[in-house]
Amino acid sequence: MKGDKILTRMGDGERVWMAIEQAREDVALGSQDAGKKGNIAELCAEDQERLLAILAEPGRIVSVSPGEEVVVTDDGAALILCSGSTDGGSGLAIDRQPAILAYERTFAPDTVSTGIHDYSFKPVKAIMSNERQAYASTVLLTTAPLFYGSQPNLGLYFQPDGPHPNPAELLPKGDVQGARQSQEEAAAHLTRDMVFVGESLYEMGCEGLNFDTAGSAGDADFYAALMAIEQLKMSAPNMAIEVGMAGEFVLGMHGQIVYRGERLAGMFPHQQVKMAEAAGADIFGPAVNVNTSRSFAWNLARAVTFVKATVEAAGIPVHANVGMGVCGVPMCVETPIDCVTRTTKALVQIGKIDGL
Amino acid sequence: MPLAHIMAAGMGGIRTSGDLVAWMQMRRKMRIAEAKRYVAKNLGIDLIDLTNEEVMYQLRQDLGIGVVTGVPGDPEGIVAKCRIAQLLGISINSVDRFVSSLSFLKGSQ
Repeated sequence: MKGDKILTRMGDGERVWMAIEQAREDVALGSQDAGKKGNIAELCAEDQERLLAILAEPGRIVSVSPGEEVVVTDDGAALILCSGSTDGGSGLAIDRQPAILAYERTFAPDTVSTGIHDYSFKPVKAIMSNERQAYASTVLLTTAPLFYGSQPNLGLYFQPDGPHPNPAELLPKGDVQGARQSQEEAAAHLTRDMVFVGESLYEMGCEGLNFDTAGSAGDADFYAALMAIEQLKMSAPNMAIEVGMAGEFVLGMHGQIVYRGERLAGMFPHQQVKMAEAAGADIFGPAVNVNTSRSFAWNLARAVTFVKATVEAAGIPVHANVGMGVCGVPMCVETPIDCVTRTTKALVQIGKIDGL
Repeated sequence: MPLAHIMAAGMGGIRTSGDLVAWMQMRRKMRIAEAKRYVAKNLGIDLIDLTNEEVMYQLRQDLGIGVVTGVPGDPEGIVAKCRIAQLLGISINSVDRFVSSLSFLKGSQ
């Protein structure tokens, strides 16, 4: 602190000195925004003061207390050792397997994961035999659970990248029915691919599958993931499934898709988790968007409010998504560790998450 | 970024008991408190020692469930996971498939 000001950041990572009263007000406003949008409880006064205390801690890095630790899963974190700048990677000239083993034994995560750099199910299908081989040989060497991660990414199934007519072209023409039909057909196609990949990896001993960034193309994308989970829980029952969401709000690109009697469009994290749970998912990852024009205090309060409501609604472990620009972490390539660790601490102590 | 999360709030992976607690979330959908209690009970230690490196390193070595340092000859990888599955009373897909691939050994010893 300097006088009555704390050193903090904006949602785009810019460092600012902020009056403590301003930070307090931003915490209240961020929580209010989540409460209003999600129709959920805002953080109580005590939680807001706890959050303010975490923001105002003088240390560059903060942490939870002994005994409060949670499980850390990831979306290809080990691959940052060998991937390029676009993935925030360090570009080392090593393959995935040594990267995963180095990550397991030097970073000490609770789980590790693999996947391809394109990180979508559709391209995985074309190189399935390579991925089976890579997974089969790596899983013999890892002691920590090894996930295989990929994104549903329904967008790849629309023209010109895929076979189905593009709803983004049909909708401006007023062809609402055609856009909906195309999304339904594409979703069925995507589900088949996810089940194919999941079952293929299961035969190689796959311990966990991560459906990362589910719902990125809207409600049909989320629906395809839920249907794939249902099917994989029957054909691959000994494999954990984690679902990480693309955003706080399921976009209604179709608008009428229903899963188990509930319309998916417009669902917030505390509602999304119930769908994932009903489908049979083992772990759910809520994602809360970041507003880069607002302060870190505002964004974090908003994220903690959404995540806390999700944890309370959930019957399965909740691992908050805390990558760049998600759940309070500022939107910048090199994420500042002061914000990353404050996000972690706040989500554990106030949001009561089961993991990250 | 993952390192920052791990240091701020992670269980410690194979340095301590993080992988074991993760298994219980993955295989039994246990929330964090229940998963920790289950693992501590099966290890016969206090909850607070689940993330105590001084306790867990020796215990992991004694149980043969893999440690974070390279110890030539000690179990690691799939062999450590075979022991973890037994210790936690859970079924692990990779372990089940590995064990079944060794079924030809039955009765040969």
